[in-house]
Amino acid sequence: MHIPDGYLSPSTCAATFAMAAPFWYVASRKVKSRLHTKLVPLMAVVSAFSFVVMMFNLPLPGGTTGHAVGLAIAAIVLGPWAAVLSISIALLIQAVFFGDGGITAIGANCLNMAIVGPFVAYFVYQALAGRSELTSVRRVVAAGVAGYVGINAAALLAAIEFGIQPMLFHDATGAPLYAPYPLAIAVPAMMAGHLAIAGIAEAVAGAGLVAVLQRTEPELLDLTASHPATAGRWRETRALWFGLGLIMLLSPLGLLAAGTAWGEWGAADFADPAVRQEIAAASGNVAPPEGIPAGLERLSSVWSAPIPDYAPSFLKNEHLGYILSAVMGSGLVLLVFAGIGALRDRRSPTV
Amino acid sequence: MDDPAYGVCTCRGKKRRGLVETLVFGLIGAENHSLEAETTSGLQGVLQGFDPRIKVVALLTLIIAAVSTQRLTVLAMMFALATGLAVISKIRIVRLFRQVWLGVLVFSGIIVLPAVFIVPGEAIAHLPVVGWAITLQGVRSAAFVIGRAETAATLSLLLVLTTPWPHVLKALSSLGVPAAVVAVLGMTYRYIFVLMQSALQMAEARQSRLIGPLDGPARRALMMTMIGTLLSKTLALGSDVHAAMVARGYRGEVRLLDDFRTKPADWVFLLAALGIAATIIGARL
Repeated sequence: MHIPDGYLSPSTCAATFAMAAPFWYVASRKVKSRLHTKLVPLMAVVSAFSFVVMMFNLPLPGGTTGHAVGLAIAAIVLGPWAAVLSISIALLIQAVFFGDGGITAIGANCLNMAIVGPFVAYFVYQALAGRSELTSVRRVVAAGVAGYVGINAAALLAAIEFGIQPMLFHDATGAPLYAPYPLAIAVPAMMAGHLAIAGIAEAVAGAGLVAVLQRTEPELLDLTASHPATAGRWRETRALWFGLGLIMLLSPLGLLAAGTAWGEWGAADFADPAVRQEIAAASGNVAPPEGIPAGLERLSSVWSAPIPDYAPSFLKNEHLGYILSAVMGSGLVLLVFAGIGALRDRRSPTV
Repeated sequence: MDDPAYGVCTCRGKKRRGLVETLVFGLIGAENHSLEAETTSGLQGVLQGFDPRIKVVALLTLIIAAVSTQRLTVLAMMFALATGLAVISKIRIVRLFRQVWLGVLVFSGIIVLPAVFIVPGEAIAHLPVVGWAITLQGVRSAAFVIGRAETAATLSLLLVLTTPWPHVLKALSSLGVPAAVVAVLGMTYRYIFVLMQSALQMAEARQSRLIGPLDGPARRALMMTMIGTLLSKTLALGSDVHAAMVARGYRGEVRLLDDFRTKPADWVFLLAALGIAATIIGARL
């Protein structure tokens, strides 16, 4: 998948370089903010690892062999942003020093294999692995699928880069100046090899490495598992969820309570003689003011509750109204805390 | 099932390399490439004498010119120029053929061969027996791809074969590439060989303990265990190197020495390269 010089036009190379540049910038900022002085040495050795791992030929089911790019491995262990940097540096050294991939195509190769591939692999892995335990088989499967999907996403992008060349660049005789095959040929030709061989190599590498790390150093898988469920998060919290549900169902018990809640009076309550008697009884027989207090009257119109007195207007049954109000109120509280959690995660993103 | 995990064996009359041996050969080949590059960069050739900064810019400019040209004759001249630069830099043609030309020809040839039939255009010949039409546009297209790939790869290799890697990095630093990036590139290059040695030792250690062929799953498990172990060693190495750097006063700021001096010949070479590129791109040659 390393695109050599001469297959892509200079303008395509420039465009892919421009697309990759912001990712490099953001990645360097994010990684540096997390690693500080460790950035240079860690990136150097991990880039060297990315380089060396591409030299491992893996035996694949069916008797053939293939080498993995290692994009899923890097994304799963280090996170997508660190993977962007380490694979980009490995690709740069491959292109300049070992002639594997073109120097002018370095932007395209990095966009395909160091940016799109790792990000796709990372999100697929996170989606499939979920909050499973670090040592679960689910993570092995997720890593394999992530590698397979990630490398094929990168291959598809490379095929599109190849396929648009003959549409855009011809010489005077009409001969394509760069990669000669249109999308209708480039995409199936590229994808056949990657779906059948390279994707399987990447899947074997991703799944195999996660399986090895689960046995030897599972803590390395913890770096990108933002919410690892080493003891099972559901098991830890399920009693609370059941308790919350039970309380919601019991919420209509509040209807059994007589009288008014002291201090929770509305402006209209001061005009209602029956309620005035209750207010006086609840206040040690001290009569409430004759009129509605001015401040209470002014502020009472500022906000009108959408579901006053826990009784939705569309529900006739007040018990069901209480339960629905409990569900909605709890849901809103959970949403607020989920939002706060998301904000916190954004401030300390995964590298 | 009968494939060995190592060693050259005679399997149904065909000599085949085992996986571990293929890995060992690959790792040794990469190390040899580096050693040979260091040797040729020390020769008294023309390109070796140029300032690395000038050389990086000039050769990159020539690569862009080769990729930009729209005429096969100009591309052929660029290829001849690259070959001429190799000759006056004491890089043997046999080496270029073995290291670049043959590999690029085979790789690109396989990819673009169908294009001579697929690209629509004026038929100039027909394939015997099957009668497929070979089109002028298809042949030109294939020639463009192979010519560009050969020329650009030759120029890229010339940079590496005539410039020590540390000088390439210093040149990048002088040209405005951030010092941290240059430092990472330099250290990456160094640790590639450290990790290669580590991988080589693992492969040899495993090879010495094998007494028979491994089946497919066992060979996969062997490779994955080696990669996993290499990853663990890599991260441990990163921590060790970081601790060593901090112990020597590293605080996150990278400073690189820049002691290059240009000569008039450097500027002549640069102006020539820029002139060629400007002519090709400006005149749409």
